[in-house]
Formats: sequence, structure tokens, C-alpha cells
Amino acid sequence: MSVEDWYRVDRLPHIFCAGCGNGTIINCTLEAVESLGWKIDETIFVSGIGCSSRAPGYISTDSLHTTHGRALPFATGVKMAKPNFNVVVFTGDGDLSAIGGNHFIHACRRNIDITVICMNNQIYGMTGGQGSPCTPKGALSTTTPYGMDENPFDLCELATAAGANYVARWTSYHVKELNQAITFGLQKPGLSFIEVLVQCPTNYGRRNKLRDVQSMISAMKDHALLKEKRDRLLAEGKPIPDGMFVVGTLTDRNRPALGVKQ
Amino acid sequence: MQGNDACAEGAIAAGCRFFAGYPITPSSEVAEQMARKLPKVGGTFIQMEDEIASMAAIIGGAWTGVRSMTATSGPGFSLMMENIGYAAFTETPCVIINIQRGGPSTGQPTMAAQGDMLQARFGSHGDYSVIALAPSTVQELFDLTVKGFNLADRFRVPAFLMSDEIIGHLRERVEFPDEVECIPPKPIREGMLPFEPEDDLVPGFTPFGKGHRVHVTGLTHNEKGYPASTDPDLHEKLVMRLVEKVERARHEIADYDIVNPDAEIVFISYGAPTRAVRQAFLDAPEKSYGHLNLRIVWPFPEDLLKKFKNARVFLVPEMNLGQIAREIQRHVDQPVIPIPRLGGELHIPAYLLKCAEEQE
Repeated sequence: MSVEDWYRVDRLPHIFCAGCGNGTIINCTLEAVESLGWKIDETIFVSGIGCSSRAPGYISTDSLHTTHGRALPFATGVKMAKPNFNVVVFTGDGDLSAIGGNHFIHACRRNIDITVICMNNQIYGMTGGQGSPCTPKGALSTTTPYGMDENPFDLCELATAAGANYVARWTSYHVKELNQAITFGLQKPGLSFIEVLVQCPTNYGRRNKLRDVQSMISAMKDHALLKEKRDRLLAEGKPIPDGMFVVGTLTDRNRPALGVKQ
Repeated sequence: MQGNDACAEGAIAAGCRFFAGYPITPSSEVAEQMARKLPKVGGTFIQMEDEIASMAAIIGGAWTGVRSMTATSGPGFSLMMENIGYAAFTETPCVIINIQRGGPSTGQPTMAAQGDMLQARFGSHGDYSVIALAPSTVQELFDLTVKGFNLADRFRVPAFLMSDEIIGHLRERVEFPDEVECIPPKPIREGMLPFEPEDDLVPGFTPFGKGHRVHVTGLTHNEKGYPASTDPDLHEKLVMRLVEKVERARHEIADYDIVNPDAEIVFISYGAPTRAVRQAFLDAPEKSYGHLNLRIVWPFPEDLLKKFKNARVFLVPEMNLGQIAREIQRHVDQPVIPIPRLGGELHIPAYLLKCAEEQE
């Protein structure tokens, strides 16, 4: 077995735009399942609707590409009916936190034993760049032409508050750390939530002065604040610099979980 | 035994081992029974956050090869429509119990109605076809639940039990057979693609975890299961097949009772109003009206109407404003007179007789 076996090669080329970060996340995930020795026929990838949700179509396992926002309840059905399957959900910020917000908090509350990987590009990419619940304040999108005036969700705080056992945030720049987080999350009983900030040069960067891929990735790298460093700043009573977001393992606990493999 | 309990017993007997649902009057007893019984037979019950999630979960359960079911009533049925379309398009066998109550909106939670009959057939967007069964006794709620699973598996469609508050909460004697017939979906044949139809237009089933490595998507897909949503011919062919696989079997799977086929005045009913018609016939033994009772309403078995060769008029008592009467009128030249009854109570037999006498 090699990581290539996890790809549905007859589905290539993929539909992602040039410079999209989603492929990086798929690769990190498939390297993780391969390194754990997971079996293709015991693993199910589930997704909703959006760019991120096309991922299972390129993976060689049995896969369920469902309706908008509903990946988690579909995955819950798979996992509860057959707990011996490894179930991994790919989702996006709009899919997970807008139309699927209720399912997200309840999946975390149940702490069901699945791994949820959210490709957060802070925009509705597939439908042409509308604002999402994760679009930063002030950012331009086709539905926020004068700048986003709502507050964004912090998906990791949401997952933690709702009860997920493992919560981490990285970006498509941090491939090594991301691969480690996914590897850890896949093995962790209970719900593992991994948020990955990904660049969408086509529909986010283009409208927000981050026109090329390199500048988007640099912006993510420059604004990522390690959790350890954030904790140190807080302990020293120093302010968190503006525009920074926290990356790292944000929650790691062992609450009772649902649907754990026997 | 109560109708809703009989429904749960039928599901367990049919081998249903996964139930996902959300509480709603007047169907909650189905969920409560499943919560009690499923763990004892190695099955799983889960209460979801809403009916959208319930429908999603049973589709997920069904793809693991486990017979899966949910139960609801009008407001929940409306929420399920999104994923019912997904189940129809992805050919996912599953069973949905609808213990109908008065609508629209919150309406009459504790009162009966049959207002969801057209929604069951047409409620999700796009063209597709489904199977809908209608019990008029508690025994039938048991029997048709079993049958619903077999039909869902055979045609790979969502099958609906369109019952109502009257039958759901009715208490009647029920006989459980020692064993019920359970026919699983036909497996895929060697060399066939996961969505490649056989002669009956139904593809062999490819549940997860068996090495089929199937991709299931709500996008228009080719026979491999891969998205092909911009191919006009492929889309047309797929939708036509999904409708045709059910519609062309409508006479073969028809389930009905016929009384007095030579009659000139003929009642057609399904579900609870069938009881009122039967009582009216008992109350007036001197009359020789005809009666067609349908246990499968969708696909609509239109040829049955031709069995009433002398029919001058069809009278259709329904607990809605004539939803199936409209369907019947499409197929016959004789007048079809709806006898609607709204408000939650069943038709009074004497009133049905009066309606018939007016036609003599």
C-alpha cells in the first residue's frame, strides 16, 4: 500500500482552481490514514456541499457526497449503524457553520467517534465568493461589497464548547503540523475537529488584496500565533497583536464518546 | 396494541436495525418503541437534532447495509424533503413512517389528516418516484411496515408509510406471524457498475465496506457513480430511469381490496377513511355500492379503476381537500367527487351514505 492507492485516479484531473489549498489538506489526510495502516475498505469519507466537499470523490474508499450542511448527520448514521468503520468528514466553513451549524454542535456534543476536517477558506468558493460565517470583519465578498459587518465564528471555540474531544487549528502552510494533528485526531476516540485555514485565491484573495497564492500563504503564516506563544503573552499580561489567529492543539481531553469501535 | 407500537414491531420483525428520529406528535411512540427494542436485538437507536438530520442519518445507516427507518409527522416530513430527494436520486433503500396530522404548519398535532399525500409523491425538488403505503388497520400498520422495507430494498427507493393519527393511536388486536418474509436488495452482479441498471431498471446494491468502493453523490452521476452534472442526455436518462423503475411496476405491486366491481357508484379510499366506508356498507346492507381500498397509493395503480366497468361516479373520501381524487380524475372520464373531511375527525358513515344516495 502507498498513499497513491487512496486516490481515485480515474477521477483526475480535479475541479479545484489553480493555487487552491484543498489538495494540500487531502494529501495530509491521506498520508495520515496510510501511515496508520488504515484499510481502504474499512474507511468511509463523507462530505456535504462546496469545494471542500468534492474531496471524497477523489478518494478510493466508499464515499458519501451528501447535501449542503448535512455531512455530519449522514456520517453519524454510518458510524452508529456500523461503528467498526473509520469515518472521516471533509467540510468547509459555510457547509459546517452556516447551514450545518446545528449538526456541528450536536455532533460535538455527542462526541461521536469521527474526524472532521474543515477547510476554512473564509468564503463560499464554489458559488462564486459570497460571504460566510467565517469571513473576517471588513473583508470583501460578492455579498459584502462594502465589507463584512458581522462577527465571524471561531469554529475551534465552538467545537470545544460543544464537547469535542480533540480540537486543533492549522493552515495549509503548516503541512507537517497539520499531518501530525490529523494523525492524532484520527486515532482519538470521540470527535476530532481539525480546522485548516486554506487559501482561496480565486474568490477570496482576488477581492482582498491577496491576489496571488504566495501572498495568501504568507499572510496565513504571518498571522498564525502558536497557542503556546499566545498563552505566554496572556500570562505575561501582554496584548495579542491585532489580526492574529491561534494555531496548535487547542483541546485534547478524554470525555466519554459515542460510536467508538468495539 | 396501539398502531404506532405495531409499526415498531413490524420494523423490528422486518430486520430494521437502525432508527434515527426526532420526537413529534402523533408519531413519537414509534421512536419510543424503537428506543426500547433496538438495543435488545443488536440494533441502534439515535435521537437526532431535527428531522433533516434524522433523514440524513438513516441514509447513512442504509449505505452500511443495515435496514434503516425514521418516523415523523407533517412538520418533520417537510424538513425531511431535502434528503428524501437525495435518497431517491442515490437509490438508497429506506423507510419513512409518516403518522399524518392536521396541517399546514403546526396545525393539529393530536388530530388526524391525510394532507401529506401529494407531498409524499412530489415534495422534494426535481422529478423522481417513490412508493407510498397506506394502512387502515393496526394489523396493516404492522404488515405494511414489513412490506415497505421489502419494496424499498427491491426498488432502491425511499418507501413511505402514509398512516395518520387515527390508525397510529388506535388500539386493535394484532397477530404477529412467527416469521415475516424479508427480501434483501439484490446484490450487484460481477462486472456491473454500481449504478448500472439491470433489466428491471434497478442496479444491484453496493453497501459500504464490501470492497465496491462506491462513490455516492447527490449530483447527477454516471453509472460508476461519478459526478456528470453537465451532460444533458445522461441527466435525462437517469431521471427517466428513476421514475420508470417504480412507475412501470405499479400494477404488479398494487395492493388493494375490491368490493362489488359491478357497482355504478364506487367509493375509493385509503387509510383511515376506508374504515368509514366499510362501516357505511355494514350500516346499509341493502345498498350495492362499490369500494376500492388502496394499500399502495404511490405509484398509483390506475388500471384498477377499469375494473369497475359500470361505474358512473367515483366518490373519494379523504382527510384532505381531494389530493388523490385529483389523481383519480386524471385516469377516468366519469366524474370523481371528492368528499373532504378536515378538522381531524373521520368521516361519519351516514354522511358517506348520504353522498352516495345523492348520486343514485
